[in-house]
Parts: sequence; C-alpha cells; structure tokens
Amino acid sequence: MKPGLVREIYGRSDYAIIGEIVEPKTKVLDLGCGEGELLEWLAVNKGVDARGVEISNSRVRRAIARGVSVFQGDIDQGLADYPDQAFDYVILSQTLQETRDPRKVLREMLRVGRGGIVAFPNFGHWRVRLSMLLSGRAPRTALFPYEWYESPNIHFLTVHDFEALTQVEGLVVERRFFLAGHRKVKMLPNLLAEVAVFLVRRG
Amino acid sequence: MMGLLPPDMIVEANTVRFDSLALDSGANLSPVDVAYETYGTLNAAKSNAILILHAFSGDAHAAGISQETGKPGWWDNMIGPGKAFDTDRYFVICSNVLGGCRGTTGPSSVNPATGCPYAMSFPVITIGDMVRLQKMLVDWFGIQRLLAVAGGSMGGMQALEWAVSYPGRVAAALPIATTTRHSAQQIAFNEVGRQAIMADPDWNGGDYYGKQPPARGLAVARMVGHITYMSDQSMREKFGRRLRGKESFSFGFDVDFEVESYLRYRGSQFVSRFDANSYLYISKAMDYFDLTSGNGTLAAALEQSHSRFLVISFTSDWLYPSYQSQELVRALRSRNRDVAYVELESNYGHDAFLVDVAEQTEMVRGFLAATFERLS
Repeated sequence: MKPGLVREIYGRSDYAIIGEIVEPKTKVLDLGCGEGELLEWLAVNKGVDARGVEISNSRVRRAIARGVSVFQGDIDQGLADYPDQAFDYVILSQTLQETRDPRKVLREMLRVGRGGIVAFPNFGHWRVRLSMLLSGRAPRTALFPYEWYESPNIHFLTVHDFEALTQVEGLVVERRFFLAGHRKVKMLPNLLAEVAVFLVRRG
Repeated sequence: MMGLLPPDMIVEANTVRFDSLALDSGANLSPVDVAYETYGTLNAAKSNAILILHAFSGDAHAAGISQETGKPGWWDNMIGPGKAFDTDRYFVICSNVLGGCRGTTGPSSVNPATGCPYAMSFPVITIGDMVRLQKMLVDWFGIQRLLAVAGGSMGGMQALEWAVSYPGRVAAALPIATTTRHSAQQIAFNEVGRQAIMADPDWNGGDYYGKQPPARGLAVARMVGHITYMSDQSMREKFGRRLRGKESFSFGFDVDFEVESYLRYRGSQFVSRFDANSYLYISKAMDYFDLTSGNGTLAAALEQSHSRFLVISFTSDWLYPSYQSQELVRALRSRNRDVAYVELESNYGHDAFLVDVAEQTEMVRGFLAATFERLS
C-alpha cells in the first residue's frame, strides 16, 4: 500500500478509520448501522461486543442474518432506552447530516457512550463550493449526488462547523481524520477532505 | 411418499418419568411424565442443544414425520437438515408442556392415588412450572447449557421464563410473537374459550373421561382462537364473503359462508386431538404469566438474564401485537442486554410465526451460528 493510502472495509475508507480507532474487546453501538457490515467486521477482527440500530426493516433482517445484534428503530428511540455510559463507543457514520436534531443526537451519543465516533461528508470541500459557485444551484457532487428535493441530508456541515460545535458543546476532540477517496488529507481539511472522522468525548 | 424420505426424518416420541415436581401453587405432582422428541445429534461437549417450546395447542412433535401418525411436525418448516434450526449442526429437543394432553402429565392423566383421571383435581399450573419440568428434562440429558430456547406465542413465554429463571443455562433466547404478560384483551379471549367449555353440559365439572366429552364447548373455544390467530386481511383473502357450495343464502342457520365452514371444521378437528381440561389449565397458566411479578419491573426481571435475545414480531399480529415485543426489547436495552429485534411484514396475523418462515429462517440461522461460534 502506498503511504498515505487508507485501506477500506467493505469499500469504505471511513469504516477503515473507525476500525482503526476502536480498541479491541470494547462495547460498540452503531447508529444507522445498515446491514451491519462494520459491526460484523469489528466483532470478528476486534472481538467487539457489537450492537446496532437501523430503521430499515430489510437491512435489519440482513444484519441479524450476519449474526449482529441489531434492532429496528430510529436513532432517537434507539438511544433513549440505554443507560448512561453503556458503551465504549457510539458510532454515527455519515448520518449526522440526516438527523433532525444533530445536537441532541450528539449529546445522547455521549450520554450513552464514553466516546463518540462521528463520520460525515464535508460540505466545505472545494468541489461542493465550486459546484455551487458555477451552477448557482444546490450543489451536486459525487459526495452529495441528490437533487435538493430528494436528499436525505437536511443539515449541511463542514469540518469547521463541526469543530465549532464541539467547542460550543464543550467536547474534547481526541482524534480527527480527513479523507479524500482512499487518501488521508494532511492539510487544509476544510477544503480538501471529502469525509471527516472525529472521535469526541465529553470535556 | 414416506418411503422416499430419508429415514432420519421419521421421528418417534419418547417419554421420561420424574418422581415429583414442586409447583408454584405449593402443590406437588408425582410422578410426572414428559413426552419429547429429538432431532439431530448431541455433540460430545453437549453444547449444541436447542430447546423448542410449543405454543398453546402444540405438542412434542415439532419436526420430521411422526412414526405414529405419518404427519409432519408443527414447525417442520423451521426445524430439520439445512433449515433455520439446522439439525445437521444442532441437537433439537421439543417436549409436550406440563398440563398437556399429548403424553406429558396433565388433567387427563391418571392420578396414581385414585386410579382415575385427575380432571379438576389436577393442580393449577404456571408457565414457571412448565419450564421447571423442561429443566428436569434438560438435566436428564446432561446438558449444562442450552445453545438456545425458542418458541412462538406461549412458547415465547417459556423462552422468556427460561432466560430469567435459569440465566446460566441459556446462551440465547428467541421469543417470537409473544409477550411478557397477557393484556386484558388476551385474558378476555382465553376466558371466552374457558366459558364455552364450562358452559357445555358435557363438561360436567371436568368429569367427562370415559363419557361424552364437551365437544361443542371445546369446538367453540377453538373457533374463537382461530379468529384471533388470523388477520382481517388474511380472512378476507382466504374466505371473503364466498358462500360454501351454494349460489344463494339458505335463509337458515346452516353453513352459508366459507368462513363458517372453515371454523366449524377447525373446531371439530380440534376436539379429536385436544383435551378440554388441558385447555382450561394451560390457558390459565398463560393468563397468570407475568415476567415482572416478584421482580418489581420488567427491566429488573430481565436484568437477571445473560442470554442473547432475538425478538421477532409481525405487523398483522393483533393477538400479540408488536408493542408487546417492543416493550420487552426496550426493557432489555435499558439494562444493556444483548438484543436483536425486528418486526416482520406479514398478512398472516399471529399464525405468521408458523407459516411465514423465509425471513425468520435467514435471521434465526445467522443468529444461532454467531451464538454457537462465540461459545466455542
């Protein structure tokens, strides 16, 4: 592997980063876990006690068929029932921008988990900026491929926006990773990163 | 056809006798017979055993073809080689419940003290008593820990009771289309069934063995039951308003509609295989079942369990509606217990757990395989 290249898990470099962050033998909750690919990988490769929440019935079925403990429900419901600090990590991979109340979700994540791993697409990426500047319309890029009326994304945030929110919320950013494709971005992440992955804790 | 089936599909019922069983009511029952069947092979470590728990009117014949009757088991679509409960990998046990009438001691059994059937002198039993007897059977097999306990409806109640009462003995529990306690509506339907039986003069205070049994009452009870097992949609699709073998109404009270014919047929069929007093005792045991009792809250009860759970409910099941499964799942989550849950789409009502098996199969198979892998 070339230096600076990030490997993938199930074709996703943010999964690979998360796989790197999560310590072995820990308890992990994945919010919006899809078909449980990441959780299965963590269970098999890191001996993690893996749980997931997913809204889609068919994805829940496939996740359970993988042997992962997933329950059907939305993220708000999914978090409310758990006791404080029940998990070592709560993962929110590319879903924060789809939640109705991201601040509440973030607070709940860090009530339920000691660490929160948040991965999100960076709306500050130069292609997004350029798309909007040139077309004068809601940006459409590989990362944000939807028409505005079809998009599941209801909150658009950049790397700087998230950093600012952690300050407002008094969170400690323990680790941060920036990705463009399968490369790690070392400089100007707000301009060059397509996806950001943060590990945050309560201050 | 039977000649073409592999010989291991032909199954035989067995019975084991235990000296006595202490009941929740304080009474003692002795001796107690348990009828059971097994499928697959118990491994040397005795770590691959799954206990299947039957629903209200089920019996020990869960899978394979009965040597005695030639009929397939009640969950044969789920249990067998390559099926959800894969008998190529696991050793599957199913026993008739305490109070039943299919080989395990119940009100129709002879009381050795009198030489007559127990009838209404049979002690009142609970789901806890049924499970205590099953545990004696599991001990008798020398199985220290079951890989899984699984069942739908009343079978799900037993699975929950197992997980809470014998936490170290159950690696995984699969309560399907069930509840942690009956609602007023569920008790009400059971009470209608009981009253139908007891209102039949042939019931005779429960003393009808060797005489005319309360066939009409029991048939009515079963008819009510069948309505609750289906859904509005499945009944519309299956019967609609179709008439039975006629073009116009009879303007009388013989069978006009297809659905009337079906219910009468199901009712009369049931009488030949089920004992009315067993109906009374087992339905009462279901009504008494309450996982919270003695524990304060449901969450406190479930906290005692260390099993993994796979909870399944069905969209059209109005007898055991999904909210009851969700209550269970929430309580498990509140104590951070390992639980997977899904509400499956089905039009079959409560019967879905018996007939809609494709989606259940993929999940049960994966869930069991992951559990087995973790243990070994």
